Amino acid sequence: MANHASTERPQTREGAWQSLVDDWSSDRQAFKVSWGKAMMWIFLLSDTFVFSLLLIGYMAVRLTTPQPWPDTSEVFALTVLGHEFPLLLIAIMTFILITSSGTMAMAVNFGYARNRRMAALFILFTAILGASFVGLQAYEWTDLIQKGVRPWENPMGAPQFGSAFFMITGFHGLHVSIGVLYLLIVARKVLRGDYDRSGSYEPVEIAGLYWHFVDLVWVFIFAFFYLL
Amino acid sequence: MASASEGQQHPVKLYLQVWGWLFVFSFMSYLVDYNDLQGVWRWTLVLMFMMIKAALIVIFFMHMFWERLSLVYAILLPPLCLLVLVGFLAIEGEYITLLRDLYLGR
Repeated sequence: MANHASTERPQTREGAWQSLVDDWSSDRQAFKVSWGKAMMWIFLLSDTFVFSLLLIGYMAVRLTTPQPWPDTSEVFALTVLGHEFPLLLIAIMTFILITSSGTMAMAVNFGYARNRRMAALFILFTAILGASFVGLQAYEWTDLIQKGVRPWENPMGAPQFGSAFFMITGFHGLHVSIGVLYLLIVARKVLRGDYDRSGSYEPVEIAGLYWHFVDLVWVFIFAFFYLL
Repeated sequence: MASASEGQQHPVKLYLQVWGWLFVFSFMSYLVDYNDLQGVWRWTLVLMFMMIKAALIVIFFMHMFWERLSLVYAILLPPLCLLVLVGFLAIEGEYITLLRDLYLGR
């Protein structure tokens, strides 16, 4: 019976639905990782699509706008000691975020090595770097708002620059801000010894996945929005 | 891997090397802007450094190198669909620009 049951379609409607439920609920597992990690990866995959849509939308409006696109290296320049460095603010933000990715990787490593204090210290260090990134972004936003840039207008040229800028960097900044909160919660749990008791430091690695993803998205924003 | 039961644990030296390379490639993409390269060189270099950095983060920091293939493919293949959307909108963008040139005289 089992042999040809697989080749015949279930006759009744009820049988068909039953087969669907059976197939999806029989404790089979495709990903041999913990559900927490699998779910984080699936969330990150969906987030990849959201960020990609924002970036592709930016590409579409930039291709079609008849007005000139502002030169980002001038817009985001900083003057240090009388010399104007193009795009310096964004470069500093990039280095801060990369550094925070490095400290996060160290935190994951210390977690698995069961070094509670060092793991918490590096998570907190990552959170501080993330918060300073958001701080610089607030400075950047203030600067552009004072120059008259709005989501619907831009005195330097194409108004689409304003909407793309606020939408893309805003959505990314929101991710960093939520990431900082997430890291603080995980750091508190590490310090309390929650993961020593549960026997697994994997939640630190999962938080790390989220944090590295935020850094990964910035790599693309840095290239497409600021450099190209 | 000796530490399979303890999750993803890898030599600190590897992380530090990846970290160092990320700095180097970020600095190099900044230099592209600082030296005001334009045209094909700008596009080639910026996109190349971007891909290298993204690959380093996903492969080492996010541990894809050590994950099973079923997870790797489930996560890395679907985003390739986005290239189709990029293609569509690039064609559409050219078309809209063409229409504006023809009828609005820009």
